[in-house]
Amino acid sequence: MQEGAVLEMRGICKYFPGVRALQDVDFTLREGEIHALMGENGAGKSTLIKVLTGVHVKDGGEIFLKGTEGPVHIKSPQDAQNAGISTVYQEITLCPNLTVAENMFIGRTKGGFTNWRYINKRAGEILRSLEIPAAPTQQLGSCSIAVQQMVAIARAVDMECKVLILDEPTSSLDEQEVAKLFKLMLDLKAKGVGIIFVTHFLEQVYEVCDRITVLRDGGLVGEYVIEDLPRVQLVAKMLGKELDDLADIKGDQPAYTEEDRGEPVLEAHQLASTAGIKPFDFAIYKGEVNGFTGLLGSGRSECVRAIFGADRTTGGTVRMDGKEVRIRKPLDAMKLGIGYLPEDRKQDGIVGDLSVRENIILALQVMKGFFHPFSRAQAEAFADEYIKLLEIKTASSDTPIKSLSGGNQQKVILARWLLTNPKYLILDEPTRGIDIGTKIEIQKLVLKLAAEGKSVTFISSEIDEMLRTCSRLIVMRDRKVVGELGGSDLAQDKIMQTIAGGESAS
Amino acid sequence: MSSVKTSLKEKKGLKGTLLGLVRQQIFIPIAALLLLVLFNLIVDPSFFAISLSENSAGDPVLSGYLITILDNASELAILAIGMTLVTAASGGQDISVGATIAIAGSVVLRVLCGTNSRPETLQAPIIVAFLVCCVVAMLFGAFNGVLVAYFKIQPMVATLILYTAGRSIAAWINNNELPIISEPSFGYFGNFIPGIPVPTPVFIAIACMVVIALALKFTNLGLYSQSVGINPHSSRLNGIDPAFIKFITYVILGLCVAVAGFIKVSRFSTINYSVVAKDIEMDAILAVALGGNALSGGKFNMGASILGAYVIQFLTTTLFKFNVDSSALPAYKAVVVILLVVLSAPVAREKLSNFWKKLAPAKAAKEAN
Amino acid sequence: MKKLLTLILALAMVLALVACGNTANNGGTGNNGGSANNGGSADEGGEADLITVGIINNDPNESGYRTANDKDMKETFTEENGYKATFAYSLKNDEQIAAAQKFVQDEVDYLLISAAGTAGWDSVLQDAQDAGIQVILFDRTIDADPSLYVASIVSDMAQEGKTAVDWLASQGLEEYNIIHIQGVMGSAAQIGRTGALDDMVAANENWNLVDQQTAEWNAETAQQIVQAAIDSGKEFNVIYAENDDMAKGAVAALDKANISHGVNGDVIIMGFDCNKWALEELLAGNWNYDGQCNPFQASYIDEIIKGLENGQAPAEQVVILEEKGFDAATITQEDVDTYGI
Repeated sequence: MQEGAVLEMRGICKYFPGVRALQDVDFTLREGEIHALMGENGAGKSTLIKVLTGVHVKDGGEIFLKGTEGPVHIKSPQDAQNAGISTVYQEITLCPNLTVAENMFIGRTKGGFTNWRYINKRAGEILRSLEIPAAPTQQLGSCSIAVQQMVAIARAVDMECKVLILDEPTSSLDEQEVAKLFKLMLDLKAKGVGIIFVTHFLEQVYEVCDRITVLRDGGLVGEYVIEDLPRVQLVAKMLGKELDDLADIKGDQPAYTEEDRGEPVLEAHQLASTAGIKPFDFAIYKGEVNGFTGLLGSGRSECVRAIFGADRTTGGTVRMDGKEVRIRKPLDAMKLGIGYLPEDRKQDGIVGDLSVRENIILALQVMKGFFHPFSRAQAEAFADEYIKLLEIKTASSDTPIKSLSGGNQQKVILARWLLTNPKYLILDEPTRGIDIGTKIEIQKLVLKLAAEGKSVTFISSEIDEMLRTCSRLIVMRDRKVVGELGGSDLAQDKIMQTIAGGESAS
Repeated sequence: MSSVKTSLKEKKGLKGTLLGLVRQQIFIPIAALLLLVLFNLIVDPSFFAISLSENSAGDPVLSGYLITILDNASELAILAIGMTLVTAASGGQDISVGATIAIAGSVVLRVLCGTNSRPETLQAPIIVAFLVCCVVAMLFGAFNGVLVAYFKIQPMVATLILYTAGRSIAAWINNNELPIISEPSFGYFGNFIPGIPVPTPVFIAIACMVVIALALKFTNLGLYSQSVGINPHSSRLNGIDPAFIKFITYVILGLCVAVAGFIKVSRFSTINYSVVAKDIEMDAILAVALGGNALSGGKFNMGASILGAYVIQFLTTTLFKFNVDSSALPAYKAVVVILLVVLSAPVAREKLSNFWKKLAPAKAAKEAN
Repeated sequence: MKKLLTLILALAMVLALVACGNTANNGGTGNNGGSANNGGSADEGGEADLITVGIINNDPNESGYRTANDKDMKETFTEENGYKATFAYSLKNDEQIAAAQKFVQDEVDYLLISAAGTAGWDSVLQDAQDAGIQVILFDRTIDADPSLYVASIVSDMAQEGKTAVDWLASQGLEEYNIIHIQGVMGSAAQIGRTGALDDMVAANENWNLVDQQTAEWNAETAQQIVQAAIDSGKEFNVIYAENDDMAKGAVAALDKANISHGVNGDVIIMGFDCNKWALEELLAGNWNYDGQCNPFQASYIDEIIKGLENGQAPAEQVVILEEKGFDAATITQEDVDTYGI
C-alpha cells in the first residue's frame, strides 16, 4: 500500500450480463483527504461505490485497507461496515419518527437490553464534538434535511469509520446547509477520516476536495490533484474529449442568423419554478432548434419542465406568438401547441400497461376531450400511420408498450407528440439509452421538423449530438443559465468552457 | 405479449384457442363459474331448473337457483362496477361501501317516512327519495375521494373513517328508529313488479351495466382511469388531472352505492343499520380480484369484475344449498377464494399456459405414431 | 400539513355527528366504538341532591332490542326522577372497562353496566367498591366475584329458548321439520336459543333439523338460506329464527314461493325479541310465535337504587327478568302496545 493511504482498490472489474460496468479501475484514498469521484451517468461511479460497500461482489481486482494485512473481501454491506467503511446516501435512510440518538444507535446495540441513558449521553457527545445543531432526544423528522444528513454522518463517524462515502449528499440542500455540511466534512478530514465525495456539482468539488478521480464508460481516466486540473479540463475528461481534439466539427448546417428570426414562437421572461431553478429568460423562433446543455443536475430539465407547466411556476411571464399566456398545467401548454418528451421515459413518458395504440393517441385524445373518445378505427389508423412512419418495431398496435425496446418506446412517445402536430416540441434526452441507429433517426427527424417550420428544443448529454442538431445552445450550471452560444461559438471547447465556468481553457 | 402471438400462430385450432383463452383476463371468472356449474350439475342436476309459479300475492314469478343467484348478486354486481374504477384509478379499495349503503338506505327511508317511523302513507315520491339518496351517497363518495385524491391518503385508511362511522351516521339520520314502509309499491324495486316474473334488481343491475358500458364507450373514463392508475406522472404530463380522475371514480362508486342501498332497503321495506350489507365491501373487492384485475390499479376488465360478482353469489348460494355447517361456512368460502385468487395470479397462469404448451407436442407426437 | 388537514376534517365530521346527535335525542347517540361521554359531568355544582349514575351500555345501533333498552334507561334516569345520568357506549369490553374507570374517578354514586364481554372486570369493580360506588349489572352478567356488585338484572337466554321450544312442542305436530336460522355464533342469545332447540331435537325422533345455519341476525341472509331450502325442494314445516329480522327474511322467501305460513298455514314461523312490527305480524296471523327478550330493566334498577338510598338491600342479588312468549292465537292489541319495542 502507498504511504498514508487508508484504502486502495486495484484493477477492479465488474461485469453485468452484456455490460462491462468496471474495467481495471484503480482508486486510492488517503488519510485525511476529501476525494471526489467524478463521471457522467453510467461512467461507473455508483458501481465502484457498490463494490466497495459490498452491495455488488467484484469480478476482479483487490481491495486493501489500512491496518489489514493483504486484500480484504467485502461480501456484504455488513462486512463493509465492520471494515470501517460507512456510506451516507443521497436519500436519507434513517427513520424520521425515531429520535436522533435512536437513529444513531439503531441496529448497533448488543443483546436485548439497551441503556438509553448511556446512548443519549454518548449521542450528545458526538453531536457536540461535530457541532451538529441537534439534541439527542429530538425527533429526527423535526430536523432540517441538512441536519438529518449530518446525523447520518455522525452515525457513520461513531462507527469509527476510516472511510466515509458521501453519495450526492448535497442535492437536496440549500446553500447555507451545504456550507454547514462542508464544515463538518472539513472537521472530519482534520480528524483523519478519508472521505469519498460523489457529486454532480462542479463548484462544490473545487470548494472542498483535495483530489479527483475521473471515470468514464467503466474505465479509469485518471487521478488528479485538484490544483492540477482546471475545471474545463475536468469537463473534458468526463466527456472524453481531449482539448486538442476539440475542433469545430460544425459547418454543414447553415447558421441561424438573428435577422431571419422574426417574432419568437415562445418567449419566457424570468421564469422560475418550484423545482428550484434560478429565474431564466428563454426564447425560441420558428424553424429553430435550440438546446439546453450543462452537466446532469444543472437544471436543464427543470427549465423545460417549467415552460411546459410540468412543475408549478413561481414567477415570470410566458409569451406565445407575442401574446402573454398563462401555463399552469401541462394541458394548458398542450392546447397552445407545445409538446414535451420527458427525460425519464419510464417514469414520466410511457404508460406501461397500455397498448402502443393507446400510448400514441393519449395526448391528442386528452386534447380532444373527455367526452369525445376516438373510435377504435380512428385510433388504429393513427397508430398504424405512425408505427409505419417512425418504423416502430412492435408485434401489433395492441402490444403493451412496456414490452417494447427502449428505442421503440421512445419512438412511440415521439409519435404521441407528433400526432398532436405541435408548433413547438421539447425533447428532453430523447436519445438516452437507445441504440445508435435510432439515435440518428431521431436527430434527422428533429432537423426535418425544423425544416417544416416547427420549433424544437433538444436536450442531450452528448454534446456531439447537440452540435449536430442545434443552432443555439443555452448553457446551464448549478441550476442557473450561465450563457448562450450561437453561430461560431458553437464548438465543443467553447461549450465546455462555459459549462465549467470560472477559468479559461488555456 | 409477442409470445402469445407466436404461440397462437404455431398452434391454431382448439389447442390454440384454449391457450389464448387461458391468457385472457376474463378466463378466471369464467373458469370459476364453469367449475361451480360443473360441481352443481354433478351433485344435483335440478340445480338449474327454473319454474314459473305464483307468489303469495298471486303474481307470476320465476323461481329456481339461477334466478335466486341473479337476483341476490345484483347489488354486488353494481358495487363491482364502482369498485373496479376506484381500484383502477387509485390503486386501492374503498372499504366503506357497506357502511355507506347503510347511510344511503337510511336516507331513502328518512325521506319517505319523514319524522314518523311507521307512516301510513309515503311522505315523498319514491323518485325524490332515490335522488336524494344518490346525492348523499355521492357526497360521501366525494369525501372519500377528496381524502384519497387530494390528501393522498391510502384508500383503505381514508375509507376506514366512514367504515367505522358510517353505520352510526345511518342510525342518526333516522334518530335511531327503524322505520318500516307499508306502501307495497316501494317493495317493487327489491322484489317483483306485479306481472313481471323476473326480479326487479336484475333489471336494475342490467341497467347499471348498460350505463357503464355506454360511459366506457362514449367517454374516456376507461382510458383516463387506467392511465392514471398505471402511471400518474406521465398521465399528468399528457394533460390528465390524476387527482380529479381518482376523485371522480369515488363519486361514481358513491352512485353505485346509492343504487345498491336503494335495492337493499326495498327488499324488506326497512333497514337494520348494523347488519345491512355487512361485509359487502369484501365481496366487492373480491369480485374485482376474481375478475383478474390487479388490486394495485391500472388496467381493468369491467366485464370480468361483474362476472366475478356473480361467481361470488353463485358460491354463496351453493354453500347455502349444501347446508354447509354454519360455523364452517366462512372457512369454505376462504378456501375457494384462495384457490381462485391463486389461479388468477400471473405466475399461476403462466404455469398453466406452459402446461398446455407441453401437452400439445405430446399429443401431436402420439398422433404421429 | 396535509395530514393535519385530514385530521381536522375527520374531527370536524365526528364532532358534527356528536353535536347533531345531542340535539336529536337529548343525551347523545352512540359514538361508535368510543367511550363517549355525552351527558353532563358528574360533579357539576348546584345539583347535589341528584343521584349520579354512570351507565355503560352497548352501542344502541346494534339492534332494535338495544335501542329500546337504551331508550328505557334514558327515560327512567332523568332529572325529574332524581337522577343525573351519564352514558358511555361501546361494543368493546376494554373500552367499556376504560369508561368504568373514568366513572370511578368521577365518583358517581352508582355504576350500571351492561358488559360487552364477561371477563376482565374484577379490578375496576374492586376500585369501585373501594371508592364506595355501588355496582348494578343489567342485561348481561359477568364473571366476577358476586360480592363486587349489589345486584344483577339479567335475561335468561336459555329460559327464553326453552319457553319457545316448549310452546312448539305443545303444537302437537306429527313431525317437526325445522329450518333453524341462528344469530351471530357465540353470542349469548344464540347460545341460549340454539341450546334449547338442539336438546329437543336430540331427545325426540320426530324432531328434525332440515337446515341449521347462521344468518348473523341479517334478514337478507335468512331469506337466502330459506330460498336455498325451497329451491332444493326440502320439506319443512317450522322456521325457528333467533330474531325477528331473520324471521322476516324467511317469510319473504316463503311469500315468493307461495308457501302459506302463520296461523292455519303450512309453516310455523317463530321469532324472538318482540319488535312491535313483529307482534303486529302475530296479530295478523302471519307468524305463530314471538319470544320476548325483555329490554326493560330500568324500572327494576330504579327500584333497587331507591331501596338502597333508603338503606334497604335488594331482596335478591340476581333478578331474572320475566319474559313472555306470545302466541298468535292469544295475542291482543294491548299486548302489542305494551310489549312491542
